[in-house]
Amino acid sequence: MPAIQSPGTEEIHPDVALVARAKDGDTAAFEQLVRQYERQIFRVAQHITQNREDAEDITQDTFLKAYEKLEQFQGNSKFSTWLVRIAVNESLMRLRKRKTSKTVSMDEDVQTDEGSIPRDFAEWRPNPEQIFDQNELNDILRRTIQGLPPGFRTVFTLRDIENLSTEETAEALGLSIPAVKSRLLRARLQLRERLSRYFRQRKEGQPA
Amino acid sequence: MNCTDFLSQLTDYFDGQISPELLKEVRTHLAGCHHCEVVLNTTRQTIEVYRGNEVYEISDDLREHLHSAIMAKCLAKKRA
Repeated sequence: MPAIQSPGTEEIHPDVALVARAKDGDTAAFEQLVRQYERQIFRVAQHITQNREDAEDITQDTFLKAYEKLEQFQGNSKFSTWLVRIAVNESLMRLRKRKTSKTVSMDEDVQTDEGSIPRDFAEWRPNPEQIFDQNELNDILRRTIQGLPPGFRTVFTLRDIENLSTEETAEALGLSIPAVKSRLLRARLQLRERLSRYFRQRKEGQPA
Repeated sequence: MNCTDFLSQLTDYFDGQISPELLKEVRTHLAGCHHCEVVLNTTRQTIEVYRGNEVYEISDDLREHLHSAIMAKCLAKKRA
């Protein structure tokens, strides 16, 4: 195996070796990469499309595409970021086909500040997990994130749910860093505002 | 620093990517603005509640099904 990394530089990500083996035709190495990232890719696709069947198809298509295009992966980004980028593109394409959403590009739906200006200034009750059971809570979280425009939902999913860095998110979405930051802020503020309806502390005498 | 300036710094504040001078201004603003303090706290809780709860669980069965389907397709491609 070629030694590209010189001592003293950044630690080599374990995926690098797996990708190199997969490129050489080692299916077991590719299968390990699939195992590592199939959950994440499924979650990303489900968050963007909000549709389970689409997410299943996208997960399969993403890995098949990655397999076919493995030679094109240059290793300039993390393998996982590259995969997420494929999954995001597949998901947006799927949304366009379904056309249930008015706008599905990363750009068209995010020009307005509507809903991003804080209006609810109540503190929340300390722990939503103790107020709602898991099903209720998941239902609230799902319904709330569904209401965001796809361009905001996608940035929030990558950055805050999947924990990608701002740089990785920008790379996966083909956006500039300021664009990611601005969308992330508005996504977070819109979600906060909507969740406040459920989680805000109520004054004595107010209905629960 | 007013409330709009504060909001524009919120993302960098969460990421710890804010200069010491701005951080001082943010803290001064927060000390005097209850609304922004609430927005900060509840935005943090928003992120935490999404991070702490897997909204879209994938069952072991579905995962296995997807995994087998992916590998079958890739192997078919390899043979083709």
